[in-house]
Amino acid sequence: MPQPIVRFTDVTKRYGNLTVLNKLNLDVAPGEKVAIIGPSGSGKSTLLRALMTLESIDEGVICVDDEPLTHMPARDGRLVPASASHQRKVRGKIGMVFQSFNLFPHMCALQNVIEAPMQVLGMGRKEATERAEDLLAMVGLGEKLRHFPSQLSGGQQQRVAIARALAMRPKVMLFDEVTSALDPELCGEVLNVIRRLGSEHNLTMLMVTHQMGFAREFADRVCFFHQGCIHEQGTPDQLFGNPQQERTKAFLSAVNEAN
Amino acid sequence: MNFFDWDFALSILPDLLKASLNTLLITFAGFAIAIVLGLLLAIARRSRHLWLSWPVAGLIEFIRSTPLLIQVYFLFYVFPNYGLNLTALQAGILGIALHYACYTAEVYRAGLDAVPRGQWEAVTALNMSPLSAYRQIILPQALRPILPALGNYLVAMLKDTPVLSAITVVEIMQQAKNIGSESFRYLEPITMVGIFFLLLSLALAWCVRRVEDRLEVTAR
Amino acid sequence: MTDLFPLLLQGAWVTVQVTFWGSLLAIVSAVIAALGRLSPIGPLRWLAITYIEIFRGTSLLVQLFWLYFVLPMPPFNVEMSAFTVAIVGLGLHIGAYGAEVMRGAIRSVAKGQYEACTALNMHPSKRFLRIILPQALLAAIPPGTNLLIELLKNTSLVSLITLSDLAFRARQLDQATFMTLEIFALALVLYFFMAQVINLGMRLLEKRLSRGRMRGGLQ
Repeated sequence: MPQPIVRFTDVTKRYGNLTVLNKLNLDVAPGEKVAIIGPSGSGKSTLLRALMTLESIDEGVICVDDEPLTHMPARDGRLVPASASHQRKVRGKIGMVFQSFNLFPHMCALQNVIEAPMQVLGMGRKEATERAEDLLAMVGLGEKLRHFPSQLSGGQQQRVAIARALAMRPKVMLFDEVTSALDPELCGEVLNVIRRLGSEHNLTMLMVTHQMGFAREFADRVCFFHQGCIHEQGTPDQLFGNPQQERTKAFLSAVNEAN
Repeated sequence: MNFFDWDFALSILPDLLKASLNTLLITFAGFAIAIVLGLLLAIARRSRHLWLSWPVAGLIEFIRSTPLLIQVYFLFYVFPNYGLNLTALQAGILGIALHYACYTAEVYRAGLDAVPRGQWEAVTALNMSPLSAYRQIILPQALRPILPALGNYLVAMLKDTPVLSAITVVEIMQQAKNIGSESFRYLEPITMVGIFFLLLSLALAWCVRRVEDRLEVTAR
Repeated sequence: MTDLFPLLLQGAWVTVQVTFWGSLLAIVSAVIAALGRLSPIGPLRWLAITYIEIFRGTSLLVQLFWLYFVLPMPPFNVEMSAFTVAIVGLGLHIGAYGAEVMRGAIRSVAKGQYEACTALNMHPSKRFLRIILPQALLAAIPPGTNLLIELLKNTSLVSLITLSDLAFRARQLDQATFMTLEIFALALVLYFFMAQVINLGMRLLEKRLSRGRMRGGLQ
């Protein structure tokens, strides 16, 4: 395996007595597409949120591109908690799309996409706008540049959110249940955009999803999450076709029955 | 000269406290009138008769958007021309009560609107008279959001009483100004009045919160 | 009657100016105090709480008198014109109430907005100025309108520190002409008119700022 772009080493996260991530270890190779499935409350979203620094972790180290994210090496080589600026530097390699879109409601689609490149990367308005127009066209919203979020459907909003995250040129994209808030008929347009991203760009992707069909077709690797760690993982054919663990089998058959 | 002359402060304290009785009298008398008058205005405003509800709504809006000071001037300087002679204190209490009645009226209205429609329908179905319907069914339920809001207006009224010094009511602020113009020391009297209002409004606000907490408990 | 009007209008113009500059100061101090109130830094938070409690708790007229009579004396020796005192006093007074409004408005902004800013790697200062504040200001408009009308009404108190605003002119004309009813009725109507202008202006502003936002919603 090449040098991993994301590495979780013994990562533990607790809320009071509840352990959400339990000595989690995970390596993700550059360009790899990893789907994370599992029952709700198993810590799937926490994994993405910890990688995005939206949640602090209690133990362990997360590395991005071989650089520790929530820690930094002190002079004597030991790891100490990261400063805000160190965290910001490493975090710049990661982009995230949320279940609830979280678009800025006071900005139109175009403004949503150019805001961070201009304010964070210091890009000029002209360049940012050109790139944003390309990205919005890529997600099929070239006609809706001036629409505000409330004038867009849920699926359209989520596609703007994807363009907004891509505009920051992340190396790793996180998708946190991006279709869960959408009506079933709107899921397809969002998943199609993700499919295109996967085939046209060499992005590393981590996605938490309940869409088993999409995970099977799209991912290079599927991780089944249970009780705060990865209970079983493998290629989609292995995990869906021939699961080894009892918990995995029970979960998959429950999901199949529901569909 | 001392920064803050404690001996001087002590010497004017009795005068200030005596005048503060007027402040308290205006506040509580004004509040008593305002909560009754406000209720009447709120009921009139909800009336089905437009000849009653529209003028009342207009009056409430007008009084709420114009300064208390001018309203008090109006009572104190205009009314005597038409044979209604009020002392400064009477005009002051009446003015502040009328002003705040228009605020409490809106509090009652919001509280009454919060009573579920079904309660009104039940009252009608039981053929209760409007008076006993209000007294026994509607008001007790509306009270929970109403009481804390009324309490906040009591605090606001307290802090508006210095306005009445403009029509020569000797409340605590006017007394402090008198002391200042006689002794040419303003720091002590005005600062002391500020502390008086601060302490009293914090204490009243604390009481309002207590009432609010207790209502939270009984409502469950 | 026709002689009264120009003089009252002169006073009303002073009232308008005090209201305008006072409102600006009030908005700025409200935002700053709300930020201090929400700050994780203890001393900043206490400073903001002290400001808010003192200016809310001590009665506006006391504050105006303090600024006008006490400040010019030793040990402060700060002399301000009645006009400046009026703006500073009213601005800081209403700003303290506005701080509580702003605090509520800032806290009403959804948590997801903060998370989106983190995911886009925005600096906290940019996040506040570009994302949180615009949304909070919009949410603060309805309660803020009531506060601005309070400010307008309270400008009448500056007549008691010798500034010749509308209230001052009304009282002055009353003493000179004895047309008591006409003068005070006219003054009340002028104040009412100005309050309605504020109401209308703020409603238009809200509409303008929320353009595109209320329509549709999540479909």
